[in-house]
Amino acid sequence: MSGQAKKKIVKEIKVDVEKCIGCRACEVACSGFHASPKYSSFNPARSRIRVVLDLPSDVYVPLRAGEYTAAECTGRQTFRINGKNYSECSFCPASCPSRDLFKEPDSGLPLKCDMCEDEKIPMCVQVCRPGALTYEEREEERDDEPTPGEVEIGLQALLHRHGAQKVKDTFARLSQGE
Amino acid sequence: MRYAETGFNLEIDLTHGTVKRVATDAKLTELYLGGQGTAAKILWDNVPPEVAPLSPENMLIFSTGLLHATPVPGANRTAVSTFSPLTNLYVNSLMGGWFGPELKHAGYDKIVLKGKSPKLVYLWINNDRVEIRDAAHLKGKGVQDTAARLKEELKDANIQVAAIGLAGENMVHMASIEHLNSSAARHGVGAVMGSKGLKAIAVRGTKDVYVAKPAELWAMCNSKYQEIHDNPNAGDPMAHDHNEGFHVDNFAWGNARTRRPGYWNKEREEEWVALWKKVRTRDSGCFNCPKTCHYTISYPGRPTYFLKCFSKLTYCMAAFEEIDFNYDILGVTSAYGLDGFSTPQVLAFAVELYEAGILTDEDLPGFPSDSPGRFFYLVEKIVHRDGIGDVLANGVYAAARIIGKGAEVYDHNTTKKVEQVPLKLGVVNYPFFLMYCTGEKMNITQIEGSFPQAPLADKEKRKKFVENWDAAPERFKKWYAEWEPREHMPIEAAVNVCDWNEAMHYVDDSIGTCAWLSSFRGQFGGSPPYHLYNLPTFITLATGMEMDPDKLLEISRRNRNLVRALNIRRGLRRDVEKPPEDHWKKRDPEMEQKHLDAYYDFKGWTNDGIPTKETLDLLKLDFVSEDFVKRGILAASEATP
Repeated sequence: MSGQAKKKIVKEIKVDVEKCIGCRACEVACSGFHASPKYSSFNPARSRIRVVLDLPSDVYVPLRAGEYTAAECTGRQTFRINGKNYSECSFCPASCPSRDLFKEPDSGLPLKCDMCEDEKIPMCVQVCRPGALTYEEREEERDDEPTPGEVEIGLQALLHRHGAQKVKDTFARLSQGE
Repeated sequence: MRYAETGFNLEIDLTHGTVKRVATDAKLTELYLGGQGTAAKILWDNVPPEVAPLSPENMLIFSTGLLHATPVPGANRTAVSTFSPLTNLYVNSLMGGWFGPELKHAGYDKIVLKGKSPKLVYLWINNDRVEIRDAAHLKGKGVQDTAARLKEELKDANIQVAAIGLAGENMVHMASIEHLNSSAARHGVGAVMGSKGLKAIAVRGTKDVYVAKPAELWAMCNSKYQEIHDNPNAGDPMAHDHNEGFHVDNFAWGNARTRRPGYWNKEREEEWVALWKKVRTRDSGCFNCPKTCHYTISYPGRPTYFLKCFSKLTYCMAAFEEIDFNYDILGVTSAYGLDGFSTPQVLAFAVELYEAGILTDEDLPGFPSDSPGRFFYLVEKIVHRDGIGDVLANGVYAAARIIGKGAEVYDHNTTKKVEQVPLKLGVVNYPFFLMYCTGEKMNITQIEGSFPQAPLADKEKRKKFVENWDAAPERFKKWYAEWEPREHMPIEAAVNVCDWNEAMHYVDDSIGTCAWLSSFRGQFGGSPPYHLYNLPTFITLATGMEMDPDKLLEISRRNRNLVRALNIRRGLRRDVEKPPEDHWKKRDPEMEQKHLDAYYDFKGWTNDGIPTKETLDLLKLDFVSEDFVKRGILAASEATP
């Protein structure tokens, strides 16, 4: 059995770090858009896009909030790009325990970019006049679901390695988390 | 609920090490808005005129503007208000960047500092947690280095830092307060910070700031980003224009003396641009503004620093050197935290005194023979207050009087003890005469700005300019349309031009909008993004206060008169209201004084430049008029004109 190829709209914010001027208008707009009522309050700390900035070192990286992760990475990579050092965290969108980024400042709950659902173009892109952020939609053909065969193979491997009880417990715990 | 502002100030007593979070009176916002308006009121109430600027009793106030942390693009200029060691008068020095909005998100509209810490400290404001911390390890450190160390020490890359360098620690009167790409650099505000034993302020804020009319305000702001970005007359053109001809050919070199017409040519432009391409690393904006008025310079052997505005030329012109010298020495002076406007003039003044034999090898042991060498030598003397540097550190005016031996003659470019832009022009220009004489900022770029400096030669072009001039009140359109080149406008026009120009700065300085988008840029092209007719709407939507152009002008007048009163109480009078003596070659003393009379009269001030009781009371500044009468500044009989 194989999954059916489906057409899907992929929304993409393209980031040109060279064009970022560090103004953080994207953060202002995002935090306002997600306030309730809309635009009633502003707070970059609540923004789902943050600009990782170190002006004297020439680091300007707008970063969109992605998935929440309960565990931080066990190790870190450092990238050297055009003579500048970047921690991999500079490009990582996760809301994770190692940093304050992408967490509600009061509750600590994770924040995640929703591409400003009802807006045609996400607000961060709308206000980024220097052009560091641009928006693109494109259609992609995707397999809708993984084939049951694949799941079966993976699961068998896990059962073989960890035993049925451990897999059952882990499954129960993860499903609860969802 | 308070909109746009937090409703709280942070009061710090550095002598006793106490920190207080104090609720503010909403009524004061209605009267003075915020920024320097409310700061001036605090200074009036708390700092009597006898207080010396570098004494613990002086206050140093960091103010957010009323619109900081709202979505209004370009509202990010932090006002630093205090009394200046350079002038002994009030100073309000501004810096862009991210500091003000961050402070507001931490929950404060102002930081009000007084006292003197027994040892060097820094202030760490992390929302509700405020600590005064030891700064022994930061002593003598450069400003960017200090900020980097604090970010590491406090384990937060998102904090914003304002710091002084060695110049501030040693209370040099040209010492600045530096924040990332911006500086509050005028009149020695850095020296006041140094006198309090305060090396730096680090701030981090993660609180909401609310606005009164969300949807309407956002709609207006969202369209402003594009407008500001596309408007060629907004922002700092010096950051992107490589034709320096206007400045290098017309402004004076050395100690504001020598013009070098024809200095600029194609070959030089190519050389300068080639070097710029090598050392300039990146353009940057300020908080929530799409313009790029600042850029980093990485010059070999120097720490990376930020360059802005006229600093790109001031040192090389003062030293008669090429542009590479400017990039080189800024690497040193930026880290020390020195004003790029005044410092080069002090250095050039010292070189002139040496060449005239007034300063000798005894004052300047081992003084190099080359100009760059001399400048670097003098900078070290000044920031360490070593030998003659201890005298020069007090600025041209004071140094000339301490040195004596005829040095006073070499102080020819100051007004009210402040080094002025090195301009030498032909015939007196009356609006500018009035601005130089009466502006409390004493720096022309902080006073001029809404009305064009000169008329367009073509009458038709003037007509067209006027037709599209939304920023101008009606009466200015007629005056401008009828203004022929090389002619003087009527006295009434000159007075009104001065008044309107300064009024718009008083608006910006209370709400925190940048002069490059507003009060300074209307004179070029007549289309500033912010002006008298759209700002009231922004203020109303952000704060919920009813506002219209007349009301905004009234508040601007109130703030202007309160600032004037602070200076009057410290002794400012008509006798010092003069332009730099040789600013214009052709003067007309009688006509000049007629203009000054007319301006004072228009302002509702006495013939000596003191706001009358009637003027003050009408502006609800009756506490000022009462004080003036009590002190005998206004005799009961002369309380009205």
